[in-house]
Amino acid sequence: MIEDLFSTTVLVGILASGIRLATPYLYAAIGETFGQRSGVLNLGVDGQMLLGAFAAFYVALTYQNLWLGILAAIIVGGLMGLAMAYVTVNLQAQQGISGIGFYLFGLGMSDLLFQKLLGTVETVRGFPSLYIPFLSDIPFLGDIFFRQNILVYLAYLLVPLAWFVMNKTTLGLKIRAVGENPEAADSLGVSVARVRYFSIILGGMLSGVAGASMSIALLNVFQQNMTSGLGFIAVALVYFGGWRPGGVLLGALLFSMVNALQLWIQVKGIQIPSDFAVMMPYVLTILVLVLAVQRVRPPSALTKPFERES
Amino acid sequence: MAQVEKRVPGTERIQTVEMRGITKRFPGVLANDKVDFDVRAGEVHALLGENGAGKSTLMKILYGMYAPDEGEILINDTHVEIHSPTDAIQYGIGMIHQHFMLVETLTVTENVALGLPSSRGLLTDLDAVSKRIRELAQVYGLQVDPNAYIWQLAVGQRQRVEIIKALYRGADLLILDEPTAVLTPQEVDEFFATIRQMVAEGHAIIFISHKLHEVLAISQRVTVLRDGKRVASRETAGCTKADLARMMVGREIRVMPEKPPAQVGDVMLELRQVQAQSDLGTAGLKGVSLQVYAGEILGLAGVSGNGQRELAQVVCGLRPITSGRVLLKNEDVTGMLPGELTKRMLAYIPEERMKDAMIQQFTVCENIILRDHNKPPYAQRGFLRHNIIGEYTDKLIQYFKVKTPSRDTQARHLSGGNIQKVVLARELSRQPRVLVAAQPTRGLDIGATEYVHNRLIEERQKGTAILLISEDLDEILALSDRIAVIYEGKIMGVVNRQEATAEQLGLLMAGVKEELTPA
Ligand SMILES: Nc1ncnc2c1ncn2[C@@H]1O[C@H](COP(=O)(O)OP(=O)(O)OP(=O)(O)O)[C@@H](O)[C@H]1O
Ligand SMILES: [Mg+2]
Repeated sequence: MIEDLFSTTVLVGILASGIRLATPYLYAAIGETFGQRSGVLNLGVDGQMLLGAFAAFYVALTYQNLWLGILAAIIVGGLMGLAMAYVTVNLQAQQGISGIGFYLFGLGMSDLLFQKLLGTVETVRGFPSLYIPFLSDIPFLGDIFFRQNILVYLAYLLVPLAWFVMNKTTLGLKIRAVGENPEAADSLGVSVARVRYFSIILGGMLSGVAGASMSIALLNVFQQNMTSGLGFIAVALVYFGGWRPGGVLLGALLFSMVNALQLWIQVKGIQIPSDFAVMMPYVLTILVLVLAVQRVRPPSALTKPFERES
Repeated sequence: MAQVEKRVPGTERIQTVEMRGITKRFPGVLANDKVDFDVRAGEVHALLGENGAGKSTLMKILYGMYAPDEGEILINDTHVEIHSPTDAIQYGIGMIHQHFMLVETLTVTENVALGLPSSRGLLTDLDAVSKRIRELAQVYGLQVDPNAYIWQLAVGQRQRVEIIKALYRGADLLILDEPTAVLTPQEVDEFFATIRQMVAEGHAIIFISHKLHEVLAISQRVTVLRDGKRVASRETAGCTKADLARMMVGREIRVMPEKPPAQVGDVMLELRQVQAQSDLGTAGLKGVSLQVYAGEILGLAGVSGNGQRELAQVVCGLRPITSGRVLLKNEDVTGMLPGELTKRMLAYIPEERMKDAMIQQFTVCENIILRDHNKPPYAQRGFLRHNIIGEYTDKLIQYFKVKTPSRDTQARHLSGGNIQKVVLARELSRQPRVLVAAQPTRGLDIGATEYVHNRLIEERQKGTAILLISEDLDEILALSDRIAVIYEGKIMGVVNRQEATAEQLGLLMAGVKEELTPA
């Protein structure tokens, strides 16, 4: 049994699914990174994902068009982000609490819509695997990296793109400044509100896509609470990654690899109680967070509303 | 290069800026009362006034941060509406605040580029910006590394970044709110050279300072505010320090306090070969030994950043000691917590009073009893006794002449000088036996400075051992009985006041050691 674990085919299988499973974490955590760098902690990611997952699934099923499903997820996630932005920026609500509110809303609403519009669990034909010419033929590496579906590739492309936006554009500069010292940014004519709106809405859109990647690319079903708290892990990954896209990638990979291993252990029925196996990634998150927390300082203005004196 | 589009009516550059009949009310305070003020290109106009006179408020109105309740602003004789700093910047007005507005985790260049359109569209053009920063630095003598992060810079350098930020945005008028309060004498000289260069290039400058000799040295005109009203406005030439002081305070001020001879007692505070780390993890104190006696003021002189902050924190239990001992009245208190030291009647007036001495969101009352909030008579069986606290606070407000709308005003709404008075009131009213005072008069007006000096001397007469840490050599010379000079975390020497000269201390402060007769 144990030696099975280390045969090459098995290893390739685990690595390939690890790469694939990182997808929703990447979208959601990169989106959350933008929000947090601008000073807003959005704990509603999981709710945004669930609504995004349902919207994508329903639209894809109804219109038989996967890209239309993605668009629906982006719109729904973006609207959730807009609401979050209004509540935290304009109404200056406590961010943690309102985020939990949005999570519960997304959880309930996605289930309600599912019951009303679908009723039973159905499946769609999700995004197919896309073999990259030549690269996919490389032994082992081809299987691991280059036989994934399009949303997986895009998720990994998002990482350098997010880094570029954050560090090389005027917009990224504004986001970083607003999250650190909104008073200073304001005194230079940067609209703190506008930058935060942008970041939170972008985060919502990416959360929507994260949900879609589960419902129409990885699992190809929609179920009640299908994310089972994945959005919260994504928030944790932002801390783990030190608010940097590269760090987030590292965290997402670590987490999804452990997850893939855990799934495989369950399938194989190896002699560990499956509850322990399921626990593994979560225990790992806590451990890693405890260890990572000292490393980097969070944005100074994180969770602090901004109001100009008059 | 990115350029801000200007909307100055009429001409290209600012020739004159005029504020007419400006009135601004805050809850319980009339901060500005029908104030007229104007400044022209090519001059430095100084704005003087006691703490809380309304200087910062008037300038924040000009910079669009506060909306005036009455009055109007004219640029080049045309009425303008300034609703936000963005408007002000576009009219060519720049402001350097009493508290810096910099993003510490960004570089100098990024701070300058923030909020400006880029020549590369959506992408930042940091190379072009840093090139322009170097040019500006060259012209105005503002040496600073464009690639350094703000958190790595000393206060004086941060200020240069603020000036560069304003100049980069094409500011014709620069408002400088107490720019010299945080500078060493050498830095002030460099800073004045920069100002003279800017004036020569046709900039207009508004300069706020409590140091009268600076006002006399740099300004062409001076306006004095008192209680929110303009009480005088004239040419600086022909004014003396005494004239300015009288206009500000409305009475004669003795610039240097009178000091009865010291009645020195036992050693109250002793440091033995104390070593401690600085914030950056480098050696901050490298074996400091000092003794402070009851009834004396020991002045610690030195250029900022040579270990003064670490020394004060070590004594007050706020910074761990890596080796050595601290003794309070022969008792070893090394490693004790601030609370335990408080019980042993140690009082501390920290340098960063906004951050380290006050809770800004707390009221004056709450700040006054911060140290003793859990003791009778202020608390009984875990409950605060608000009547007693209130009466006690009112007494102190009156005694220490704190200017505040009420005892229930939040500390952050008080002007800088009045915050300092609240700290002073709290610490001195506890009848300390050892007092550590770090930059106790920084940012204070001359009236308040005189007051603090007199209070310190009064404490000395009561037999308190006082460690006075100051970068103001005049203050050290005026108050101290003995003077220790600190340089790079080491004590260069201790001299008796009578034997000390400014030149000799200046040399020690620069790290040049001569033969000294030990005191
Ligand atoms: N935001 C605010 N809310 C309420 N009161 C305020 C506010 N800002 C200033 N004040 C009050 O207005 C008065 C003028 O304050 P201001 O800061 O203009 O004084 P200042 O002349 O700059 O003093 P300092 O020399 O101490 O800096 C003070 O009494 C202060 O308490
Ligand atoms: Mg002021």
